Amino acid sequence: MARELAIEADALEKSYGEVRALCGVDLRVDAGTVYGLLGPNGAGKTTAVRVLTTLLPPDGGQARVAGHDVQREPKRVRERIGLAGQYAAVDENLTGFENLEMVGRLYHLGRRRSRERATELLAVFDLTDAGRRLVRTYSGGMRRRLDLAAALVARPPVLFLDEPTTGLDIRSRMVLWDAIEALVADGTTVLLTTQYLDEADRLADRIAVIDHGVVIAEGTSDELKAQIGGDRLEIRLDDRERGEAALAALAAVADGRPYLEDGSLRVPLQRRRGEIADAVRRLDEAGIGIEDIAVGRPTLDDVFLQLTGHAAEQDEAEDVREEAVGRR
Amino acid sequence: MTTLHYAFADTLVLAKRSLLRIPRQPDLLVGFTVQPIMFVLLFVYVFGGAIETPGFDSYTDFLIPGIIVQSMVFGGFVTALGLSEDLKKGLIDRFRSLPMWGPAVLTGRILADVGTNAIQLVIMFAVGIAIGFRFSNSVPEIVFGILLLFLIGYAFSWVFAFIGLIASSPEAANAYGFTILFPITFISSAFVTTETMPDWLEPIAEANPFTTMVDAARALFLGTPAGNDVWGAVLWSLGIIAVFAPLSAWRYRQSVTR
Repeated sequence: MARELAIEADALEKSYGEVRALCGVDLRVDAGTVYGLLGPNGAGKTTAVRVLTTLLPPDGGQARVAGHDVQREPKRVRERIGLAGQYAAVDENLTGFENLEMVGRLYHLGRRRSRERATELLAVFDLTDAGRRLVRTYSGGMRRRLDLAAALVARPPVLFLDEPTTGLDIRSRMVLWDAIEALVADGTTVLLTTQYLDEADRLADRIAVIDHGVVIAEGTSDELKAQIGGDRLEIRLDDRERGEAALAALAAVADGRPYLEDGSLRVPLQRRRGEIADAVRRLDEAGIGIEDIAVGRPTLDDVFLQLTGHAAEQDEAEDVREEAVGRR
Repeated sequence: MTTLHYAFADTLVLAKRSLLRIPRQPDLLVGFTVQPIMFVLLFVYVFGGAIETPGFDSYTDFLIPGIIVQSMVFGGFVTALGLSEDLKKGLIDRFRSLPMWGPAVLTGRILADVGTNAIQLVIMFAVGIAIGFRFSNSVPEIVFGILLLFLIGYAFSWVFAFIGLIASSPEAANAYGFTILFPITFISSAFVTTETMPDWLEPIAEANPFTTMVDAARALFLGTPAGNDVWGAVLWSLGIIAVFAPLSAWRYRQSVTR
């Protein structure tokens, strides 16, 4: 049986004057999965989302979302998607309830259904008590939750989340992550853009790494990590002078050659049971003392660094500061 | 359900949204109620004694139609601020991702302006009558005058929609609105008769469509000689709509597909 694709993009191109935001992006997202679009600021993530949500006509290529062409049948697409953007797109001068009711009416759910849905969603996002208050009294995290709730009003089968947690504190991120996981469990397809590697790692079934408008890597989180190697044992010795002896002692344990880096031993692992205990025993038998031992897994940060030549999360400190200011 | 049905329904939903915000933003509320009243009282009691208005029973009679037309013109101001804010805060993106009737983003605002214009009219006439303004014309002509005021307000809502869409921020929209339109409303027959102006300014004031609109309102409310002012005012309003409605629609499409 053919897989059902919720999002299908072919050779999408978009330029803003001289700047080429998308240079031929292909995406395939299976229905009922979470797809992470990972990349630094200005990589083209938001432009891709704007094209897929019918907000922006592409200069070239085509895209189908929920079975409809974004350019030929934008209205059909809009009936089947929800969008929560980078900035909480809610009306500050309305209450939380009024915001959700308005969105329901604009999805043409009718007055009664819109109100019922608003009440339900406020409860889901722990905003029932705040529902009668004007949104301008909300914290940053509450606004994002309301924004996500607004994207869910019509129970869209395909949900676009453009950096849903950028600038949020850890607690609010956790709440949003739980909500997203619950949605996917119910069969919603989610396309998520993020600069946070841990977010993509936790939520996404598949990830596309995008930089300068091009998809430079695609796969599951594990596949991406496997591209730059598997797990490894990192051992710091009591006596640095005995590094060579330790390498000799561990040669039989390692998958490949163990090596020294920054004064620590790096031992590529074969992923078999008792491997770590075996390594410790061999060092003990050779009379080599261990100061510290840890299993290192390559993170998506390592993947990112390797693929793009620059780190992904350089803006994080700034975002956290903005959030602190925003909540005051 | 037809497109037409949704066009109305979506316009109403967004008009309601625009109206709901007014009582919640004290500066807007003051702008719509206290400010026009203050203007009327200041002009009547501070300048009124010094301004000659031959042919009118009192300065109050002369002023009220003028100041009401001015408040109709500036009634659309909220549209400029609102649109500019929506663009800046990403709310327009949300609307555009919904299966709604797209132009409702503009028509909803403008319908809300008609509502605020009605509130302003009631307040201004009530204040005017309290300080001695009297209609002196037949009922059909007074009714026609009120309809003309709504038409003028509607026309300028489109002007302000355009201002809101070209301004880079709500603050800039504010600046455009006041530095351009405020002098235009003053170089007119709204507050003084144009004959009292310097020779070089008088023809400018006479040619100002705002003068035509104010004179038309006076003719319809007070029975002063109308000349071509009434039809002139109607034509000017329709002309402004014919230019600024398509311009706004075009600019809206420009600003959102970036």
